[in-house]
Amino acid sequence: MKAHNKFQLDIWGFITLSVLVLYGCFLIYPLGNLMKQAVYNAETGVWTLDYFVKFFSKNYYFTTLFNSFKVSLAATFFSLALGAPLAYIYTIYEIKGKAILNIGIIIASMSAPFIGAYSWILLLGRSGVITTFFKNMNIETPTIYGFFGILFVLTLQLFPLVFLYVRGALKNIDSSLIEASQSMGCRGVKLFAKIIMPLIVPTLLASGLLVFMRSFADFGTPMLIGEGYRTFPVTLYNEFISEVGGDDGFAAAIAIIAIMITTVVFLLQKYIGSRKAFSMNSLHPIEAKKITGIQNIIVHIVAYIPVCIAILPQLYVFYTSFKNTKGMIFVEGYSFNSYVSMFDKLGRSIQNSIIIPLLALIAIILLAVLISYLVVRRKNTLTNTLDIISMIPYIVPGTVVGISLLTAFNQKPLLLSGGILIMVIALVIRRLPYTIRSSVAILQQIPMCIEEAAISLGTPKMKAFFKVTVPMMRAGILSGAILSWVTMISELSTAIILYTGKTKTLTVAIYTEVIRGNYGIAASLSTLLTLFTILSLLLFAKISKGKDISI
Amino acid sequence: MSKIIIKDAVKKYGDNVVVSGLNVEIGDNELFTLLGPSGCGKTTLLRMIAGFNSIEGGDFYFNEKRINDMAPEKRNIGMVFQNYAIFPHLTVRENVEFGLKNRKYDKALMTEETNKFLKAMQIDAFADRLPEKLSGGQQQRVALARALVIKPDVLLMDEPLSNLDAKLRLEMRRFIRKIQKEVGITTVYVTHDQEEAMAISDKIAVMKDGVIQHLGTPEDIYKRPKNAFVANFIGTSNFVNAKLKAGKVCFSDEYEISIEALKDKKDQDLVVSVRPEEFVIVQNDQVGIRGIIKDTSYLGMNTHYFIELSEDNTVEVIQESADALIPDNTPISLQVKSHKINIFDERGSENLLRCDSFESA
Repeated sequence: MKAHNKFQLDIWGFITLSVLVLYGCFLIYPLGNLMKQAVYNAETGVWTLDYFVKFFSKNYYFTTLFNSFKVSLAATFFSLALGAPLAYIYTIYEIKGKAILNIGIIIASMSAPFIGAYSWILLLGRSGVITTFFKNMNIETPTIYGFFGILFVLTLQLFPLVFLYVRGALKNIDSSLIEASQSMGCRGVKLFAKIIMPLIVPTLLASGLLVFMRSFADFGTPMLIGEGYRTFPVTLYNEFISEVGGDDGFAAAIAIIAIMITTVVFLLQKYIGSRKAFSMNSLHPIEAKKITGIQNIIVHIVAYIPVCIAILPQLYVFYTSFKNTKGMIFVEGYSFNSYVSMFDKLGRSIQNSIIIPLLALIAIILLAVLISYLVVRRKNTLTNTLDIISMIPYIVPGTVVGISLLTAFNQKPLLLSGGILIMVIALVIRRLPYTIRSSVAILQQIPMCIEEAAISLGTPKMKAFFKVTVPMMRAGILSGAILSWVTMISELSTAIILYTGKTKTLTVAIYTEVIRGNYGIAASLSTLLTLFTILSLLLFAKISKGKDISI
Repeated sequence: MSKIIIKDAVKKYGDNVVVSGLNVEIGDNELFTLLGPSGCGKTTLLRMIAGFNSIEGGDFYFNEKRINDMAPEKRNIGMVFQNYAIFPHLTVRENVEFGLKNRKYDKALMTEETNKFLKAMQIDAFADRLPEKLSGGQQQRVALARALVIKPDVLLMDEPLSNLDAKLRLEMRRFIRKIQKEVGITTVYVTHDQEEAMAISDKIAVMKDGVIQHLGTPEDIYKRPKNAFVANFIGTSNFVNAKLKAGKVCFSDEYEISIEALKDKKDQDLVVSVRPEEFVIVQNDQVGIRGIIKDTSYLGMNTHYFIELSEDNTVEVIQESADALIPDNTPISLQVKSHKINIFDERGSENLLRCDSFESA
């Protein structure tokens, strides 16, 4: 039955309006405000395109955007090129220790990117362990700084996302398709290129988009290892934060340009994706087969190396957290000294790193459930609008969300800056699109007649939703929520803009310690964060009972 | 226990009119079936009675109570869905109790009623299991128990057997019929399976394009279908062209029969519908519609012959199996059992043999 509902001001109509008002307050207004700043000079009181002219006329600024675009595109390409074939190999071959490798990949994808960056500095930086090792043998190692460094770190950080997406898609391909094509003489690489690839194109596009958005918006990595290679989030941050020479209006203009780019990429992806979508449902998923001999060894090497490299920074950070430090360098011997001095630096950051994401999580779950219900079951013009608005944050980089909130709410009567609330709001806005998408997918799986059955048995509509539909969605929502939780505790790009001494989070603490060169403390803080992440993922595995992770 | 009266029902999706001006009256304790091909509006009408589809025009009554604007949860209906719609997170017992809880039943009474229905549906052994472990037939019984335990005024069933395998379908339809009579409840049953409809119903409404083509008892519908569509949809019918000349029905090959009821009708072209068992195969140059046997299926008790009358008309004929089958490619002639066949006007829209005495039956 197609629903052609007209808007009614019943309880759901009221919820629609309330959610729209919330979005209006905390997304549309701040972004609109930002847009205004970009074209309005507050000192002279004139409407102007000067900021945009300045941006495009000065090579210095224009390059940053181009750099961002270049490095994101490259990272997307390499992540796909590494993640997709790896997922295919994992699906068709039996690999020893697959379960452990899987956990490794998930941890690698879930950790904060800048921790990877800083760990690679310790390994491959100017006085890094590997660099020094080779230097002693008079061998030049490639530099970790600049374009290649960012590309390297981002690819290692993000290919696991592609891997997880593609593995999920491959599970939906029926093995009979493979057998059919083999019976017609198409096998091996040709089979992958002719049959598998076309079928997973929508997945590749979706994961590619995600990788692009993440690398385009990533602040921590280029900040730490970019050095001369300026990308837009760093420039934006500097323009906005720096007390001398910074210009809010100009920062706003940069933000608007960045949003335009991500919007174009997003629409392009949607356009191509919608033309290549297939619906697949496999009765007999592909089974991994056992191979022997030299082929088996090669497959194992290919399967292990990328995962080991991806997880290496986490392991190294863990290792260095137990090393003795003297000032900024690690010295001989092991102790818990870093952990001891960590507690002096912690302040409230542990509590903050729990309380802020937790509050955000509660709001996200509630809103996602309501919005997904409106979008799926109460289709009308207004809920369609809501659907579109709720996807906006997907294309707005975190730094931009942070800046727009800060500029919108930094004076009375709308004074929120400096408090916990603004950080919660920022997280809610950023994570909500993902949770809404997954809730919508879950809800679409639940037939409407289940709810109708409850109504026919005398349950009012609202009660039927909460007594029947919500319990059926619970497992899916909960596992989605944990993934949101994991990404929120390692979130940096909005927190770095919004935090104050009181609301400092663990990631901000790690970042500041890295910047100050307190690598020992940074390592112990990072280990703490990773521990948090792993615990959350274990909880996820327990709740979702081995279902796939989709971010 | 309710009569259901529907007057001038209209259903529109946007500008698309699905049901227009439909009238029907469903009697107390009747098992009433809405039968028709997919897209005929039968499920739409059922959901209008349930309250899940909006009503664009007309009046719906349960007895004297107009229900158009009543919320579905207040209509006191029991509904059984095509895919059962069992709550997967509740046990069988909790599923059955669900409606009683909404009605604030006393705990002891609730357990008693639930047990009664679990037993009647022969699912008491699974009471504390989660439904995902149950077979399709068992799930269907849970759905039925859940719908009946609340003592609804009407029971609505939307293709309840279509997800079951053939054997279970036969078993369940007898079961549903039995329970419906025992409980004594007005039931509206939707199906596209004419055999199922025949087997289960007190009355059937054959629908097409949102219009009831024929409303009657299974026997009436089978024997004297109101139009060619109904004749074709219910059971198997062969269609043969003929002409009415001076009160006689003239087929091809100079085969004629006279029918009392058509004596005074004016000359016209006819469409004659003959069921496979209403043909008689004759040989030895007797008069009849000539044809050639093209194919034969021997099914034990009966034998089905497929006989080519002309290039574009092959008919199916069922005969009680004789000692020897007639071999393929044998030329034969066909006569009809004139008291059983149905005769329609040229367009197949009116059965010329129906008179008003049938209508009131």
